[in-house]
Amino acid sequence: MKILVPVKRVIDYNVKVRVKADQSGVELANVKMAMNPFDEIAVEEAVRLKEAGKATEVVAISAGVAQCQETLRTAMAIGADRGILVESDADLQPLAVAKLLKAIVNKEQPQLVILGKQAIDDDSNQTGQMLAALLGWPQATFASKVELAGERVQVTREIDGGLETLSLPLPAVVTTDLRLNEPRYATLPNIMKAKKKPLDTVKPADLGVDVAPRLTTLKVVEPAARGAGVKVADVAQLIEKLKNEAKVI
Amino acid sequence: MTREAMEYDVVIVGAGPSGLSAAIRLKQLADKAGAELSVCVVEKGSEVGAHILSGAVIEPRSLEELFPDWKERGAPLNTPVKEDRFLFLTTDKAYKLPTPPQMHNEGNYIVSLGNVVRWLGEQAEALGVEIYPGFAASEVLYHEDGSVKGIATGDMGVEKNGEPGPNYQPGIELHARQTVFSEGCRGSLTKGLFNKFNLREGVDPQTYGIGIKELWEVRPEVHQQGLTMHTVGWPVSSDVYGGSFLYHLENNQVAVGFVVGLDYSNPHLSPYEEFQRFKTHPEIRKFFEGGRRISYGARALNEGGYQSVPKLSFPGGLLIGDTAGFLNVPKVKGTHMAMKSGIEAAEALFAHLTAEGQTGHECLGYPERLKQSWLWDELHQVRNIRPSFRWGLWGGIAYSAIDTYLLKGKAPWTLRHHADHTQLKKASECTPIVYPKPDGKISFDRLSSVFISATNHAEEQPCHLRLKDASVPISTNLALYNAPETRYCPAGVYEIVEDPSGPRMQINAQNCLHCKTCDIKDPTQNIDWAVPEGGGGPNYPNM
Repeated sequence: MKILVPVKRVIDYNVKVRVKADQSGVELANVKMAMNPFDEIAVEEAVRLKEAGKATEVVAISAGVAQCQETLRTAMAIGADRGILVESDADLQPLAVAKLLKAIVNKEQPQLVILGKQAIDDDSNQTGQMLAALLGWPQATFASKVELAGERVQVTREIDGGLETLSLPLPAVVTTDLRLNEPRYATLPNIMKAKKKPLDTVKPADLGVDVAPRLTTLKVVEPAARGAGVKVADVAQLIEKLKNEAKVI
Repeated sequence: MTREAMEYDVVIVGAGPSGLSAAIRLKQLADKAGAELSVCVVEKGSEVGAHILSGAVIEPRSLEELFPDWKERGAPLNTPVKEDRFLFLTTDKAYKLPTPPQMHNEGNYIVSLGNVVRWLGEQAEALGVEIYPGFAASEVLYHEDGSVKGIATGDMGVEKNGEPGPNYQPGIELHARQTVFSEGCRGSLTKGLFNKFNLREGVDPQTYGIGIKELWEVRPEVHQQGLTMHTVGWPVSSDVYGGSFLYHLENNQVAVGFVVGLDYSNPHLSPYEEFQRFKTHPEIRKFFEGGRRISYGARALNEGGYQSVPKLSFPGGLLIGDTAGFLNVPKVKGTHMAMKSGIEAAEALFAHLTAEGQTGHECLGYPERLKQSWLWDELHQVRNIRPSFRWGLWGGIAYSAIDTYLLKGKAPWTLRHHADHTQLKKASECTPIVYPKPDGKISFDRLSSVFISATNHAEEQPCHLRLKDASVPISTNLALYNAPETRYCPAGVYEIVEDPSGPRMQINAQNCLHCKTCDIKDPTQNIDWAVPEGGGGPNYPNM
């Protein structure tokens, strides 16, 4: 069974994101980039399924600029067998990415697509859902446990007030939540091996996908700075301030 | 426990200007000779350039030697220096001083050294150098005959108590015919090599400074691309060797920083707060009003120069760049020197490794070549400038003028250095310094500064700041020196916490900027800076 794992190159989670002076977006020049942490969890889960003998091949795919190759190499260092880069300098929005992924799924015919529930840059939380809809496949989002049994996948997801367990027929789309697993360290020998694994590059046009953005960004601004706090003397004063100053009760 | 091992011709520790220059030149020579030569570089930062911090104005001399076509290759040297200013500051006034000849910057460039190093990394990889960021060399490996065999990278996924955690991965051994140490100022492995091979015998102790830097985006009206400014005087007293730099880069960015010589004697002094206070001077604050601070960082630098250069070769390995210490203090530049040492090391190493019948394990050709090069002359010529500042700011300036203009660096004497950690006086003998509170606009507290350095260390790991004796911070440092580590650390790593049972030293190792000041300045040398888990530390952008 083949598993496809889409991975996105995003600003590293350690970096303090800075808005460009002209408010057109966030500063990316010379900023450290890394794999979206939720996607890293997806790669780890797919590799674990392969190591457990439940899957035969793990294919990582990324859509974006040429440097996304580094992200794919990271996925291969964790254990993915090969990589596919859909290279494009365009601003790729979730719908365009889902369409690109659908085209790749049609070509590769995986039984399972595992991807992060959202990317930490735009926090859209849309790509997995859109992909499942475009494919007409069942989906299980925010997975905290994934078990393969025969022709079905059983997914536990964290919901308000408890856990929900779903059973889906394959093929299916699963998006990962934070507690699904803790990704391993890529070791030096595995990073070296990853450099030699196959990596194919295609263009959106080769897949017949129109990636033109459907959404327009009007402006990007930083959140308002938080004002300094004050200490209150007692509960009565706190209530008074919440009522009259903060006007929240 | 056995670790995996891999073999290379040359392993280089640290992807900075010297290490990458050595790697590049080795590959260039191998290509030219049609020889196979495997070169591997390990780097503790999460990416190449993540831990690089410098002013920086650089002299392109060595870059020219490495890549005569660096301009066509797109090296990020975009801002030629247009004007140099040198000021003496009093509390509220600034006086223009003649710019000392070493500080003239015609032909030099204002850069982000981090970006220059990222570019060097790309060039090296294109030549076939294997670079592995995120892997810290934590141990030197030796052959049975005592020569250096290579290095081992640190284990990953070790818990706080030192036991392997669920994601534990042992480090691996990198064996090499020659191992090149380019760890930067106060390298943690180099320290061990100094002892093992007596490399510091007969030379002066190394002396250091701490440089603290911020990157700002300023209002276009006050931005003058290509302007460099240096100041001496206020806010530090004249017995402290210190001063500032202020460089106007492209895109309305200004790099501003303050350097304090670590031979300062008053334990109440705080380099961080001196820097914050410096920015509030009327002549300086005008640049930053209405601007925004983008990044922050700090790094120790070598000031010992010629007298303090250790023996540079030993069986199986070499020291290059700032871990040896080639910074030209009066020029306030070290990148061209570091790169030159890397180039010379590579030339000598290539000859050493390819010579037929080569049996010796020590590459003696490197120190010989270096002593024949312009680097050695340059270092020799300015050797008396920094130590003359023991006579205070004016004594130092007066001596330096005589040494430079009349003696032209050819004085028949050489002034000596003392180790920085021996220079602290008791807190009771010194005047406490009261620093103004940060205003959150021009001046800031330590923690909001560390936040924008994007520093991160994996949470569950043993503390990489090792105390030889856990009682010393309270019994000696607090009692005699009023806990100077809480002030000289630019990241708030060291904190005295009052417990019901008495004061206790808390080490917030996750804040560490890898500047190494604690390892240098601790009065009893009780702090040993070791590498944390690979990939930890700051993630400097454009620094």
